[in-house]
Order: sequence, then structure tokens, then C-alpha cells
Amino acid sequence: MMAFLEAKDVVKQYAGHLALDHVSVSVPENTIFGLLGPNGAGKTTLIRIINQITGPDSGSILINNKPLKSSDIARIGYLPEERGLYKKMKVGEQALYLAQLKDLSRRDALKKLKYWFEKFEIQAWWDKKVEELSKGMQQKVQFIVTILHNPQLLIFDEPFSGFDPINASLLKDEILNLKKEGATIIFSTHNMSSVEALCDHITLINNGKSILNGAVHDIRYQYRENLIKLEYSGDTEKLKETINKSYEIIESGPSNGFSSLLVKMDEGNNMNQLLKLVINDCEIHSCKEVLPGMDDVFIKVVNENK
Amino acid sequence: MNKTILILQREYLTRVRKKSFIIMTILGPLLFAAMFVIPGWIASIEDRDERQIAIIDYTGLYEGRIDDTERLKFEYLPVNKESELRSNFSTSGYYAFLLIEDDLLKKSDAIRLFSDGQITMDVRDHITRNLREFLRNEKLRTYEMDGLHEIIAEVNDVRVNISTLKLGEDGTEKHTSTEIAMIVSIFFAFLTYLFVFIYGTQVLRGVMEEKSNRIVEVIISSVKPFQLMLGKIGGIALVALTQFLLWVALTAIILFGVKALFFSDSPMPSRMDGIEMTSTEHPVGAEMENIESAFAFDQIMESINTINPVNTLLLFLFYFIGGYLLYAALFAAIGAAIDNETDSQQFMLPITIPIIIALWVAMAGFRNPHSDLVFWFSMIPLTSPIVMMSRVPFDVPGWEIALSMVLLVAGFLFATWFAARIYRTGILMYGKKVDYKELWKWFKYSTK
Repeated sequence: MMAFLEAKDVVKQYAGHLALDHVSVSVPENTIFGLLGPNGAGKTTLIRIINQITGPDSGSILINNKPLKSSDIARIGYLPEERGLYKKMKVGEQALYLAQLKDLSRRDALKKLKYWFEKFEIQAWWDKKVEELSKGMQQKVQFIVTILHNPQLLIFDEPFSGFDPINASLLKDEILNLKKEGATIIFSTHNMSSVEALCDHITLINNGKSILNGAVHDIRYQYRENLIKLEYSGDTEKLKETINKSYEIIESGPSNGFSSLLVKMDEGNNMNQLLKLVINDCEIHSCKEVLPGMDDVFIKVVNENK
Repeated sequence: MNKTILILQREYLTRVRKKSFIIMTILGPLLFAAMFVIPGWIASIEDRDERQIAIIDYTGLYEGRIDDTERLKFEYLPVNKESELRSNFSTSGYYAFLLIEDDLLKKSDAIRLFSDGQITMDVRDHITRNLREFLRNEKLRTYEMDGLHEIIAEVNDVRVNISTLKLGEDGTEKHTSTEIAMIVSIFFAFLTYLFVFIYGTQVLRGVMEEKSNRIVEVIISSVKPFQLMLGKIGGIALVALTQFLLWVALTAIILFGVKALFFSDSPMPSRMDGIEMTSTEHPVGAEMENIESAFAFDQIMESINTINPVNTLLLFLFYFIGGYLLYAALFAAIGAAIDNETDSQQFMLPITIPIIIALWVAMAGFRNPHSDLVFWFSMIPLTSPIVMMSRVPFDVPGWEIALSMVLLVAGFLFATWFAARIYRTGILMYGKKVDYKELWKWFKYSTK
């Protein structure tokens, strides 16, 4: 897959600390790319470099294989983590202003704003002052302003913070929609369940270094712990006795109205072997490998790299 | 459209539409006009308040020696009334009573003024002046010279009446008014100070607002920090100019309106009367009349013409804009460095000090507009906008103004460059306690 955006060997030194230490990132076109890492890892610095808010000390950023230039700003939509609006300004006026700063003509901006305000059912807010809006409402306006100029690259830094579940799911749908329409999306967050739900690829940054790269599924598979969850009905004691001879049982309990066991297999052993072992002792309802959540991968990798 | 213009436009429109701007625009000229009109009005009220003063003179020498004025009436009472007056003073209806117990030529402190409240200075001064003149003449009389009466009359008629004239290159004479030049000097120096300070602070607030609202990162992903800073400074400059021009227009309308309504034939009273009255040591007499007539409304306009109002206004605009741009850049850097207004104190001080110094020097400037001190401070860009404006009405050589202007332009270019380096790092720093060392780091750091 072609990389839409590439960061090559980017170094950024701030007075006293190295924010980015030879970081390389490759974001495939038309995917959702998760930029993960603990607080202070250097994510925001990398995002700011991509947005040309600040420049790298060395290294380069390529967009469609060409070095980033200042006119590329119009191709990028950026929703920063620290985001806000002018409190005393009216919503519509402000959205129009921010859209024009992104090189949209006033007429185009008006037309597009009308479309999005209708879509989000917020036309009534147009003449309200921003300070009259709740935080979640302001986030909606910010989201619209971010995507209004149809950027090819979208960068969302912690987009879900401050959203209630209903609006968060609305936002999630919109992000998936944008991907469907061809946009490439960089997504920075601590919320790992949203990474699992949305991201195709991730990179994990810690202490200014990129320590993990790849497709979400591959990474979870790479960090699998050979756990198999078995749902069954039958004699639990007898079953446990059988399995314990060869493997370790991590957990047992009810699941979906049946009994269940979580079994840790040996390296290289697979589900077939477990099934062979228990097939005569119980009635099997389901059996699947349990992959680690991104949460677990995140914690594990960050701790390994301490 | 150019993005800097877009930013400038927003800064301008949001401010001009604010209620506070509209209120200040209307209130300002009213205050200016009030400064001219109210002292005259107060004086006219005071004048109607007549005061009776009783005199009990044990010597009998001084009857009729103290002149009545429009608002001070003196009444000589027989000496046996003293005790009655003392015990029932508050119901007697007198404002004060004067007790003379001995010949004042022999015993100068044998005179006392009683009242049940504080006696105003002008009452005391009036009595002193009258008696002193009388006593001086009495003293002269003791020398028993021939024709003394005529001599005294002649001596009392001596007046000094200096009129100030300006010699043109070609030897032509033009009437000038030092008083007018002084007023114009104070006025413009103070106005420059006021505008630089008020609008500089607005830049600081604006930058801080963007930073604490967290909108700044959204904006600088679309424009360069420098464009944002310039747009803001430019927009607020236009607000200041708008306000100034509206003030000039409205003040003129109000002043001429008031003149037409109330002062159609009498001269316009000026607030300078009051200042002169209390600060002069010498007896206020004919000199006062001079000054008063110099401030008659039409003559103000006439004298203002001698200080070249168009030039002065153009210079004011230049120095105001130059000074504003210089300080606004510094204010913007401070706004970018801090998170909230309370942190601003430590950085405000080094900016405020030159402004205050400039105002002090300007005060010296209108007394001696060509001294070394004033000259140098009218060259230093940090103080020149205020100090030079205090000199302009007194005819500053062209090369001095040109040099000072060039230095000011260089000054604000340097300040803008300097501030921009701090600004672009500062606006993205949240929750950091910033000191001068940190600012210096930012300054050195931001090369890209």
C-alpha cells in the first residue's frame, strides 16, 4: 500500500529534552492511523511538525512522496487536543472565519457550513455566541470546521474527549465516513478501545522513539499469549482435570449462559489440540483464541522499553 | 484573500462592534468637552454664592480699606458687638469675622480671621492683598515726600505685559501663545501615552485570550504565528485610529455646539484659570486678565493656528502609530508568554517603566523643550513617541524630527522581530511558569 504521509528520521530537540529521536512513521493512504503513546511521548510534537506549526531539527516529512510545503496546509485538517473557540464570537461567524483561514472562499464556506449544520442538526446555533454552548456542542462545531475544506489528511488529537456517548458514536461514524470517502486519518488517543474499533495501523511512540509499528491485527497477533476461550456445557470438574494435565487454566466461570474456561496453551500449540482433548468430555458451543487488547499491548510494550 | 488581512479584519470588527467601544467613543468627547465646560460652569455657580464678612476694628484705621467683590461683602461693626458675635456666630449669618486689635504697621499679627468652618484661601488672600497695598502706601506716606500721592498712583500702575512673537525665516513676526503650545504639548504627550497603553494592553489581552481559549493551535495550523501577531496588532491599531478620529470629530461637534449655545458672546472659560489662580505667588491682577483673554475661545483657535495644527496632527499620528507598534509587539510577546493576567506583572514592569519615564520627561519637555535630557529621550524609540510629542508644539528642528522618526521605525521593526521569536514559542506553551531565563531560551531557540 502506498504511503500517503511519511515522516523520515525526524529529530526535534527542545531546550533540555529530546522530543523526537529519529522517528519514522509511514501512514498508508486511505487508512485510519493510530498515533499512540503515553503523555509527553512526543505525539503532539510530531503532529505539530506535520502541521508545520513547528519545524524538525532534522529529518523530513513527505506527503504523496513530495516534501511538505506551506501550501499543503489546505490539504490538512487538524483538530488539536488543546482546542477552543473565541467565546464572544457567534458560532456561524466564527466557523466562517476559520474556514476562510483554510483558503475556502466565503461562498464555498457558507455552502458547506450549511450542509454540515443541517447534517448535525445545529442550524439553531448559528447566531449563538460560543460561550452559550456546552463543551460537547463546541466540539461539534470544531469538528465541522476541521473537515469543512475536504482535507485529504485529517489529524485528530484526542477527538473523543468531552463527548457524551451519543455524540462520540456520531463522531466515530463520521470518521469512518471520511475514510470511506477517501481521506487518510491520523488519530492520536489514549482510548484503546477506540483504537481497536477504528484504526487500521498504529505506531507507538515512547520517550521520543517509535517503538512499535504495524497493522492493528498483526500487532495483537504478535503479542498473543495463546489464550483460548472455550464455551461449553458439561461436567466442569472432569473437564478441568483433563485439561490441567497438559495446560494451565487461567479462568473459569459462566459465559453467555454456558460454562467457560480460559486456557493458556503452550507456544506453538493451537486450538485443534485443545478441541481434541476435550471433545469427548463436553458439549462445545464456541471456541476462540483471545487476542490481547491494545491496552495490554500498550502497557506491555511501554514497560518493556523503560 | 491574504490571511493577515482576514485576521486584521476579524480583530477590527469584533472590537468595533463591542458595547464598550461604542460607549467609550461617545463618552470620550463628552469628557473632553466637560473638561472645558465644567470649570467655567462651576465658577459661574460659585460666583453667585455671596459671603458676608464682619469686621471689628479696634483701631478704626482700616474702615473701607478692604474692597467688596462680587461675592465678598465686608461690613464694619461697632467694637461692642464682638462678644455677641463670638457667642452667636453660627446664627449671625456671617461667613467670617475679622478682628483687628492694633495698628498693623506696628504689630503685624494683631489681625485675626474667625469662622465656624474652614476659611477658603481666596478670602484670606483677598484681605491680605487689600491690606498690604494699603499698608505699603501708608508706610510710604510716612516718608513725607512731595507729590507722594501721584508717585503711588503711578507706581501702582506699573504693568509688565509680554507678548510672545515668533520670527519667521524672512523676518516676519507672528503672534504665538506659550500657554497654547504648553497645553497642546501636554495634551498630545498624554494622549500618546494613553493610546499606547490602552491599546497595547488590548493586544496583550487578545493574545492571552487566544492562548487560554486554546484556539491558537487551530489558527496557527492555518496561518503562521507571525501573520496572526501582525493581524492582531494591525487590527487593534485600526480600532485605535477609528476611536481617535471619532473622538476628534465628536469633540469638535460638541465644542462648537456648546459654544454656539452658551458662549455666543462671552469668552469661553478655561480650566487653566483655576490652575493659574492657585499656583501663582504674585498678586493676581492684570496678569490674570491677560491669560484669561488669551484663552477666549476664538483666540484659542487663532493661537492653535500658530503651532501648525495639521503638522502636529500628522506627527501625532506617526508617533502614536510608531509607539503603538513598538509597544504592541512587546505586549504581544508578554501575552504569549503567560497563562493568566496575574502572571503579567513581572513582565509588565519593564515595559511600563519607559512609558512612565517618558511621561516624566515630557512634563519637563514643555518647560524646556530643547534641553539635553529632553532631546535624548525624544530620540530613544521607547520614549520618543511621548517625549517628541511634548516638544513638537515648540518648533523642533526638522532634522531632529526626521532622526527620531527613523529611529522609531527601526525600533519597532526590531521590537517586532524580537517579539515574534518569543511569541511563536510562547503561544504553544501551556501551564509553564515562565521567567526571563525561559524567555531568553525561546528567543535563542526559535530559528526555524
